[in-house]
Amino acid sequence: MNEAYRYFLIFLGALLIYNILLIRFIALCPLIGVSTQVETSIGMAMSVLFVMTMSTTASWLAWNYILKPLHIGEFLYIPVFILIIASLVQFTEMFIKKASPPLYRAMGIYLPLITTNCAVLAAATEAVKPGFLKLNVAYNFSLPEALVYTIGVALGFGLVLILFACIRERLETSPVPHAFKGAPIAFIIAALLSLAFMGFANLLGV
Amino acid sequence: MEEETTFWHEFSKGFILENPLMVLMVGLCSSLAISNRLENGIFMGVSATFVLVFSNVIISAIRKWTPDQIRIPIFIVVIASFVTIVDLSLKAYFPPVYERLGVWIPLIVVNCIILARAEGYAYTSTVKNALADGLGMGAGYTCVLLIMGFIRETLGTGKIVLFDKTLFNIAPPYNPPAIFILFPGAFLTFACLMALLNRYKMRKTDE
Repeated sequence: MNEAYRYFLIFLGALLIYNILLIRFIALCPLIGVSTQVETSIGMAMSVLFVMTMSTTASWLAWNYILKPLHIGEFLYIPVFILIIASLVQFTEMFIKKASPPLYRAMGIYLPLITTNCAVLAAATEAVKPGFLKLNVAYNFSLPEALVYTIGVALGFGLVLILFACIRERLETSPVPHAFKGAPIAFIIAALLSLAFMGFANLLGV
Repeated sequence: MEEETTFWHEFSKGFILENPLMVLMVGLCSSLAISNRLENGIFMGVSATFVLVFSNVIISAIRKWTPDQIRIPIFIVVIASFVTIVDLSLKAYFPPVYERLGVWIPLIVVNCIILARAEGYAYTSTVKNALADGLGMGAGYTCVLLIMGFIRETLGTGKIVLFDKTLFNIAPPYNPPAIFILFPGAFLTFACLMALLNRYKMRKTDE
């Protein structure tokens, strides 16, 4: 397979075909919790993109240069990755606070929340153990492939989060059956969006 | 006598009053993703309950020696150890189940239910109460998983298959819409369950 085409497939697969929120159900808590306003959704999406890219790079390096050569990856990968993510988030927070206060104010509250965002751990795990991944392109990602994959996942997360927030803002003023007010109607919207995203299945044979 | 009632109280609140999925709305991702079969619900429920109970007990037992500033990393390490136990045991004894549950087993670490109970409950209560709380929350979680799994498997495939045995099959006259075992079905089922619960609550307040 052509090199560039493979990167394109990984990216598209992560972004749309196996969209992390609607098709794979990872990280639904922020989808329901944060997506009430477009502005906060954009903040969350940006922070996730940032942290996810860094944490995947760090986990990929840890897996390929420390865990795998020492043969301890199988039973230590969960604690190692989660510690990497937690400390990276803490570090990023401190760094941004010093380096760029406006940016810190913009994404401040979302940063600590990201530690428990399952999407970050899922992306880190799948970047090194793509056996979980149903994409039939390359197993054992190289570092650039892992990065392309992660950016695709993060952009897919942001895309859906912002779409969802736009719909929910409109929903505020719509007549909704009493029992469905609030979270239940949000889930119905998610069902419809998910149905729409299923249309991407088998796109380009991925 | 009084101790028994509190144990029962801590246990039972996880079912309805503070049901982690329907009321607290935490840990949604895993429950929606794997509830397309009843069998998945059983395994996932048991795994999460195991992690929940043991991490609750350990965290509550070491709470007096845990420095406040670094409590979150400590919680995560405790939880991650138990998740690793579940991860490896399932892989060794139930490979097909492990394959189906896939990334959801490692993701129990970041399942908000467990961290929320550790931070919000176990860290400030006695070992016994933490044990009851873990059991109750786990049971409440498993309950919802089983209901969702039952509805979705019945509607989506027309039959229930449990441990390679078909419990019942209504397929021939009934043409099952596969949408229920696919992704949108999870959202739809969950939305309807929540709406039902809301309706029930509104009735209660009206009376």
